[in-house]
Amino acid sequence: MNHLLSISDLDRVGIERLCDRAAAFEEVGERDIKKVPALRGRTVLNLFYEASTRTRTSFELAAKRLSADVVTFVASGSSVEKGESLKDTVLTMTAHKPDAIVIRCPWVGAAALLPRWTDAAIINAGDGKHEHPTQALLDVYTLRRRLGSLEGVRIWIVGDVLHSRVARSNILAFREMGAQVTLAGPPTLIPRGVEALGVEVRTTLDDLREADIVYALRMQHERMHDAFVPSLREYASVYQIDGRRLGPRQLLMHPGPVNRGVELSGDVVDSPQSLILEQVAAGVVVRMAVLYEVLASARADAPVPEPQTA
Amino acid sequence: MRPHGGTPHSDAARPAGGPPGGELLPDPLVRAAVRPAEVLIARAQVLDPRTGVDAPHDVLVREGRIAEIGAPGEIDAPPGCEVIDGEGRSLFPAFVDPHVHLRTPGQEHKEDIETGTRAAAAGGFCLVAGMPNTDPVVDSASILRSLRDTAARQARIPVGFLAAITTGLEGRELTEMAALRSAGALGFTDDGRPVVSAGMLRLALQYQRLAGGTIALHEEDPALSAGGSMHEGEISALLGIAGIPSISESTMVARDAEIAGYEDARVHMQHLSCSASVDAVAAAKSRGWHVTAEASPHHLCLTHEAVRGLDTSLKMNPPLRAEADRQALIDGLRSGVVDCVATDHAPHARDEKELPFEQAPMGTTGLETSFAALHTELVLPGVLSLDILVERMTAGAALLDLPTPRIALGEPANLCLVDLDAVWVVGEDGYESRSANCCFAERELRGRVLLTIAAGAVAYRERGFAVSAAPDLGTAPA
Repeated sequence: MNHLLSISDLDRVGIERLCDRAAAFEEVGERDIKKVPALRGRTVLNLFYEASTRTRTSFELAAKRLSADVVTFVASGSSVEKGESLKDTVLTMTAHKPDAIVIRCPWVGAAALLPRWTDAAIINAGDGKHEHPTQALLDVYTLRRRLGSLEGVRIWIVGDVLHSRVARSNILAFREMGAQVTLAGPPTLIPRGVEALGVEVRTTLDDLREADIVYALRMQHERMHDAFVPSLREYASVYQIDGRRLGPRQLLMHPGPVNRGVELSGDVVDSPQSLILEQVAAGVVVRMAVLYEVLASARADAPVPEPQTA
Repeated sequence: MRPHGGTPHSDAARPAGGPPGGELLPDPLVRAAVRPAEVLIARAQVLDPRTGVDAPHDVLVREGRIAEIGAPGEIDAPPGCEVIDGEGRSLFPAFVDPHVHLRTPGQEHKEDIETGTRAAAAGGFCLVAGMPNTDPVVDSASILRSLRDTAARQARIPVGFLAAITTGLEGRELTEMAALRSAGALGFTDDGRPVVSAGMLRLALQYQRLAGGTIALHEEDPALSAGGSMHEGEISALLGIAGIPSISESTMVARDAEIAGYEDARVHMQHLSCSASVDAVAAAKSRGWHVTAEASPHHLCLTHEAVRGLDTSLKMNPPLRAEADRQALIDGLRSGVVDCVATDHAPHARDEKELPFEQAPMGTTGLETSFAALHTELVLPGVLSLDILVERMTAGAALLDLPTPRIALGEPANLCLVDLDAVWVVGEDGYESRSANCCFAERELRGRVLLTIAAGAVAYRERGFAVSAAPDLGTAPA
């Protein structure tokens, strides 16, 4: 694996291999000295064009636990605000010879452009509303730890699918791993044509009890330029996952950060059915596995491939 | 400024509207000074769907006009006349494009009139109509005059210009349409933007009775399309890109056709992209409303499937749509509901397109690939006949009240010689256009323009195409 641009770069075997490698890294986090020398002398550049706390932090931690040198470049306050294009920023950063670039960008396909301009390995940490492949990997990892396998597992993804890159990557990953995926949310927040991804679509939570896993999405106020729902109160009354709707044998996931009282009630967030903190913890080991894979294994100066997108 | 062929602007389709005040309008077409062609094109397969010719002929052009049409091998080249071997090649009336962006004034880093008309000539065109969404916008007679002066120095083929319907394309107040017509405007359009207000469009259509000229409409309801970068459908759902629904176009086509019908006005629907728009135009025509329409080679050849790879050359407005939409456009072109092909040639500089898809500007170049793409994708598979394609690629002239190119005695020579079997890879040898944002880049196409004669003068020769002069060389008449 040279880059991780989309979850569709990986087949089932590839996803399982990364999860197994992540499991092997669990032990590093338990040590007093939380570090292995696997990527010593390698430079990882975090290029963040969007606000992010947990993704950035977990990539930084992952790189540091593998002994890589990490530089984080946050777009605000930088030359980007002076009008520098993505291409020029990447060319400039490439002059510092990073081995990997982790990029978070508000534009679809931005990560897939980078291999044109740099030899560094590219990891997509979110490109617009398109994909967030490491989130999907850590979600698969979390579920495999709990359930052993996703084969035949019924997963409901609930909420604002339209603006969610997490939803798009997770649909692809969950289906690749054999799960059945149902989307539920307000009709205004379900993209037209999404059934082509092999999912069922519901507009109410009436049949939520069919689900083994309830994956709630964040209501993205920051992406809501128009009023897609009349009010958050109405949204919560129809779509909030609360103790009444969540069955006792169902597990709850959420990519964070949670809007308590909007998509989730406070009690389910804190309930033993919630996997939310396990997801956060999985973020570091899964990103260690991804960094390790693009930098340490199978990267014997292979020619840079054409940019791939999916 | 030199007039092009000198033919009168005949057969003004209805209701053209008289020239303001009954005075004579200036020739709406301009180009740089040229030397009239003295050429014998020998033994080419001559195809003109309007005259019904489809057979090998010799065609002699003298002083820029078609002087003789004879059986193959029958015509002897007069002294000083260049002889072009047309054996195995096809000779068509040269093409007309009612919709191009020449980017002058103000955006010459994308294209100028010299490069844009060179690209047009390379595509077999003898006439193109430039859109007014330049910087500044062509919304006053003085800007139009200055633009026509530039064209009179730079244009390789005759070029005409449409002026804006509303000042600054802002949709708020009408331009001085009568003054613009007197200064040579072919017609009016706010292309690139819709006329959002139905009331504003109605005013323009009423005023058309005074000013004349067609009113060409870019149909898009921004309340439905805003923020979108591609066709709304399964590909946009997969990519997470905000979609431009087909109803953003078709509802406006239906609305504006009805307004035109009510006002008995004449409108031309630009770059139809979806099935429902074709239906709306068909319905308008069946009611006898004066509505015409165009479709672009990219909408006729490609679909949103091509956008999966996020190549910004495939980002245009309206966007590439679904296969059913493409089929409806092809059916419309075949039946005549869609009157003509128009490229919407929209050059952008490399660095402007070298951005993430959502950030990149809309538009693809099209002049150099229009015939070859449609020939390869529609004619060769048997979807559209060659004579219909040639007819639709020349029909834009009549919509602009201009004479249609014909291969007939005494007509000004508007000819293009094409090798239908030549295979070439788009962009391999670069482009005549200043810009390279071609949606067909790297595709293998069949059919290559070898020679273009526009309004009596040779405007383009393909680089590898050998020409032999007649043996008893004299000096060509000046």
